[in-house]
Amino acid sequence: MVRTSFRNPTARRFVPSAGYRSDPVSTTWQDMLNLGNRTPAVATPADEEPEQRRGVFRRLRESLSASRKALTEEIGSSLFDRIDDETWELLEEALILADVGAPTTAAVVERLEHEVESGAVPADGVAVRDRLIEILAEVAGTARAPIDLAAEPAVLMMVGVNGTGKTTTIGKIAWHLSKEFGLSVVLAAADTYRAAAAEQLEAWAERAGAELIRGQAGADPGSVAFDAISAARARGADVVIVDTAGRLHTQSDLMEELGKVRRVIAKQIPEAPHETLISIDATTGQNGLRQAKIFSEAAAVDGVVLTKLDGTAKGGIALAIAADLGIPVKLIGVGETLEDLRPFDPGEYAKALLAE
Amino acid sequence: MFDQLSDRLQSTLSEVRSRGKLSESDVDAAMREIRLALLEADVNFKVVKAFTRTLKERCLGAEVMDSLDPGQQVVKIVNEELAELMGGTGEELTMAHSGPTVILMSGLQGSGKTTACAKLAQYFRKQSKDVALAACDVYRPAAVEQLVTMGGRAGAQVYEKGTEADPVEIASWALDRAREESRDVLIIDTAGRLHIDRELMAELASIRKRTDPDDVLLVVDAMTGQDAVGVAESFAEAAEFDGVVMTKLDGDARGGAALSVKAITGKPILFASTGEKIEDFDRFHPDRMAQRILGMGDVLSLIEKAESQVDERSAVELQEKLKKDQFTLEDFLTQMKQVRKMGPLSGIIGMLPGMGAMKQLKNADIDERELDRTEAIILSMTPAERADPHMIKGSRRKRIANGSGTKVQHVNALVKQFDQMRVLMRSMANGKMPDPQQLMAMQQGGMPKPKIRRR
Repeated sequence: MVRTSFRNPTARRFVPSAGYRSDPVSTTWQDMLNLGNRTPAVATPADEEPEQRRGVFRRLRESLSASRKALTEEIGSSLFDRIDDETWELLEEALILADVGAPTTAAVVERLEHEVESGAVPADGVAVRDRLIEILAEVAGTARAPIDLAAEPAVLMMVGVNGTGKTTTIGKIAWHLSKEFGLSVVLAAADTYRAAAAEQLEAWAERAGAELIRGQAGADPGSVAFDAISAARARGADVVIVDTAGRLHTQSDLMEELGKVRRVIAKQIPEAPHETLISIDATTGQNGLRQAKIFSEAAAVDGVVLTKLDGTAKGGIALAIAADLGIPVKLIGVGETLEDLRPFDPGEYAKALLAE
Repeated sequence: MFDQLSDRLQSTLSEVRSRGKLSESDVDAAMREIRLALLEADVNFKVVKAFTRTLKERCLGAEVMDSLDPGQQVVKIVNEELAELMGGTGEELTMAHSGPTVILMSGLQGSGKTTACAKLAQYFRKQSKDVALAACDVYRPAAVEQLVTMGGRAGAQVYEKGTEADPVEIASWALDRAREESRDVLIIDTAGRLHIDRELMAELASIRKRTDPDDVLLVVDAMTGQDAVGVAESFAEAAEFDGVVMTKLDGDARGGAALSVKAITGKPILFASTGEKIEDFDRFHPDRMAQRILGMGDVLSLIEKAESQVDERSAVELQEKLKKDQFTLEDFLTQMKQVRKMGPLSGIIGMLPGMGAMKQLKNADIDERELDRTEAIILSMTPAERADPHMIKGSRRKRIANGSGTKVQHVNALVKQFDQMRVLMRSMANGKMPDPQQLMAMQQGGMPKPKIRRR
């Protein structure tokens, strides 16, 4: 049979990385935050956690399988009942439709195919499926690193393309830090460009009980960040979250502006920003890779927030970003409510991607 | 790695082109490249499959095999099929025969609806239409404020009732007002919603029912991936949209979502949003877009852009001057100012045919400050010097350099480059296209050239 696959048979084999954990531990907010020497005033009750988590991931699974063309249909266990060329092609198709992208898809499928052919993984439906979940978890979970908020005050900067959910994500992070961990949070409305961006952040600041520092419309974003950090230091606040204007990564002048904002922040605290997150819309296709790459060059991105996972989009681009750039996904947005911003759990995510 | 679909298709096809004769395995290799390129461009998997199947059949058909230049034939077929896929020639909005034309905007969160509303308003304002906007996004914090601000910038009346009212009621009330005030166009902004959110999709359907819009538009982010098709199908069901507005086309997303939505739902892409500014919004030209993907350049768009900004009479005068070789630095200054009115030069260069293939220019980020400097130098010259740059010697040079805050070398370089350019322009005015090599050589001529920064 002539393979119609787009894969290049001579492509380099996927090399497994060293840090793989075959049994990923569920990730909680506490796991995802490095709060340094602080003792959170209000910790999340530990006994409530598993119940709540199951709820969230059930919802994630449900939303991930809501699409008619969901992976679940493509990768029912029946897919691996008989393992032949068609199996691998269907798997490829499913991953491509999840926006995983051709190179990462090819690498994953080739690796699995190779392992099955060499006998490393038994050619048994369940075993192959479980191995696939492991491989996907490994690709997604490159070097799990918590969000670094150890410094006092810690500065977190949020960047991303327009409309990916930066302001909303900041509002939700602020709420969690403030309400669950009892930290005092200052929000810097450094998006001085988009009409009403500061008002949107103000609404979130009120809900989260955070303080908002804003400038005039069109003010220099660096100066707003600077003022916010001075205010946070003066008041002994724990965390400053800097909202920046959405920008396309192709606007080189605006990307340079991000660098400038960082330099202004560093004038106050040399190591700051301590954590920079990029928001990526789960509906984004292969362009997400470019976004992550270029933002990372301009603003040293430490992690991805994968937003809008509550639609039918599967956010496979996060796998491509993790595989290609080694930037881990740290948070996911699975809905509108405050609780719907969750720490990313690679194992759970891979399972949700393939759940039946 | 290839950066653009056009590069990729071009390089695949130029291989075929150079061989002269096509074998089936050539076609298969080309199809594999096209398939990969399309997937990377986020064209839906199913669409890609169907597309390459059709393409392969046509490529193996007699029209290619029997032709003298099969490569060229393949390019032609790919171009035709791409344009066909994106919707043939440009389609139009339906305008109301009497009363306000009602346009309902819908889409996912973050697709750029509110901005698109304001841009569409501006688009109609340019046609001297009286436009009103209805603020029905009562959910996202500050969405109403954003529409008020942006609508104001576009010169449109914004009807809003804050965030307490029901969106369906606001829409209906806005329509009554638009009728009373005899507006030409009413654009209804709605909240972004997930296509699987039944409640909000039902709300959208009620707004549609109550206002009976002439056009329902779906706003789609050009960066959307494989999911675009599912989203479009759901919106087609609930809101029965008539056309698509593609946003964020100014990024480097290849916009495969546009192809997919058209291919699956059959709804045309009517408008494209191509920049941050309110006027960066225009009709979508599917046929031209296909040519752009193939690297044939979007010359027609460029010409239109130029025509709308460059005064026609001065263009004729310029043509005459070029022919008679009377082109002076004064004219150069006028030209430079007019070209710069069209927007950043890097954007204009991208629309020129063949330029996509020139790596130096493609990744170029033309430093507008260099152009400022060139302007300053010319402005520091006397009218006589501008007319005859050859008289610029010794002390004149020094004076100009001092006056423009530059160095004597800069002034020299400008004069030298102007001479080269004059030769080139003369040949262009006489109907010859400049050789890209020559252009590049000229680029390297002296300092006042636009500085090219490689990324």
